[in-house]
Amino acid sequence: MSVDAKTVRRIAHLARIAVADEDVAPLQGELNAILAFVEQLNAVDVDGVEPMTSVTPMVMKKRVDAVTEGGRAGDIVANAPETEDGYFLVPKVVE
Amino acid sequence: MTALNELTLAEARDGLVSKTFSAREIAQAHIDALEKARVLNAYLVETPDRALKMAEVSDAKIAKGEARPLEGLPLGIKDLFCTQGVHTTAGSKILEGFEPHYESNVSTQLWRDGAVMLGKLNLDEFAMGSSNETSAYGNVISPWRRNGSDAALVPGGSSGGSSAAVAAHLCLGATATDTGGSIRQPAAFTGTVGIKPTYGRCSRWGIVAYASSLDQAGPIARTTRDCAILLGSMAGHDPRDTTSVDVPVPDFEAAVSRGVKGLTIGIPKEYRVDGMSPEIQKLWDQGAEWLRAAGATIKEISLPHTQYALPAYYIVAPAEASSNLARYDGVRYGLRVPGKDIAGMYENTRAAGFGPEVRRRIMIGTYVLSAGYYDAYYVRAQKIRTLIKRDFEQAYAAGIDAILTPATPSAAFGIGETTSADPVEMYLNDVFTVTVNMAGLPGISVPAGLDAQGLPLGLQLIGRPFDEETLFAASQVIEDAAGRTRLPKAWWA
Repeated sequence: MSVDAKTVRRIAHLARIAVADEDVAPLQGELNAILAFVEQLNAVDVDGVEPMTSVTPMVMKKRVDAVTEGGRAGDIVANAPETEDGYFLVPKVVE
Repeated sequence: MTALNELTLAEARDGLVSKTFSAREIAQAHIDALEKARVLNAYLVETPDRALKMAEVSDAKIAKGEARPLEGLPLGIKDLFCTQGVHTTAGSKILEGFEPHYESNVSTQLWRDGAVMLGKLNLDEFAMGSSNETSAYGNVISPWRRNGSDAALVPGGSSGGSSAAVAAHLCLGATATDTGGSIRQPAAFTGTVGIKPTYGRCSRWGIVAYASSLDQAGPIARTTRDCAILLGSMAGHDPRDTTSVDVPVPDFEAAVSRGVKGLTIGIPKEYRVDGMSPEIQKLWDQGAEWLRAAGATIKEISLPHTQYALPAYYIVAPAEASSNLARYDGVRYGLRVPGKDIAGMYENTRAAGFGPEVRRRIMIGTYVLSAGYYDAYYVRAQKIRTLIKRDFEQAYAAGIDAILTPATPSAAFGIGETTSADPVEMYLNDVFTVTVNMAGLPGISVPAGLDAQGLPLGLQLIGRPFDEETLFAASQVIEDAAGRTRLPKAWWA
């Protein structure tokens, strides 16, 4: 499989990365090189093989449903570009 | 007398405890060395004040006879580990200015055991690369050069700052991480030892995530013993990482001198890839011979799905990366670039913040997870991962204790030499290491000699899950037989 320029733009939008017009063609070439490389996986017979979900056999740990490190809003927003009163600030989403 | 920064970590530990020198002296020796080596660009952040303060505490502990396991030993930290109050970038512009309010589990354990922090080490952006050429903060230059040449070489990647700093005596040891070979390949390129432990051995908590089902932390150091000492402090169960495994941490250092008598070492025929250089083949045969001479049985084995590990990795890892890196949205940390609306802000921020390799992998990951392609790519790759792991399980069930392979297809290459339009050319660096991540196994890279141009070459040993001890034992046999690889000359100082 390979991607066309339109698909490159669609993937970029899904990934939320702005791509300049002049970058579309080179990106298309790079992505198609990778897709061509992974094409060889189609040669493997995977009938009846379970997809891996955990590389180490283990039961998922579940922690007690309790506040463990609460009350740290100040720490959490400390690195945000814009905040107000312990909240993240974003551009207006709903008019 | 050997300069303090040129001691091994084990020698430094013994010298501190016997009060031959102080923690302050060895910290200062490193601070001086790394100031003179800035041309290598190994450190992104130097923390000399913190180092001297930690050394002071160490000297007090030693004076009271209360030395902890890593008391006073100066280390470098890969800038993928969050360090409280110290700039952490993951080699990316998108995290510029990020100062974590928490400390990674692995580094917390190193400080708990008395280690001293020298600073943060350069890396490929978000650990995506094999040459340290994707860092937003510039290339790391290897301390190694070809015979009679002053061309700048890569230190490997993604832990290129770690490998260069250890090789150039800018720390006694360093933390690193390995998703497809990022500890073992740079170790091989710089004549250092690096171990990727079993998946789940070290907590991932507080390490910037790349591909969560593959990422593991481990040390790079100048000897097998030094790696064993460091891993003993880095490993251990952490309830905050759901994939951290609750098993006891063995005495890794005790395993170093165990030898290989009676062990069966597998040589996988599928690693004899087309076009392998005769030098690498010779090194591999020599490694097997050294292990045989030390009492191991050498047996050819088959790992039939080997060739599919790298392409499957380039589906699984980008898929996980596209999900993990969704958090860099201009809202919570680092860079924000305004746009006409919130989606425009996300798109502009991520376009400005991510470099080309990261963008490429996010886009491939987004594509293989998108509607209509998920089964064809992602589910198939995860099935192939099951087959890769099964290959290893069958070898171990048949009595193989560890597997010997080359660490890399070649010695270090020059900066800018691998810049073709085909990104796969760079990816092939990890062809021998990536299988280990796909199967969650431990793997160690140990220097085994120099090539005709005077550059280090490494061998890799792959072990059973949670049997790093056998790897340390076998690695030491190779280290003893090959002799320690030593950097010829500090051309930068």
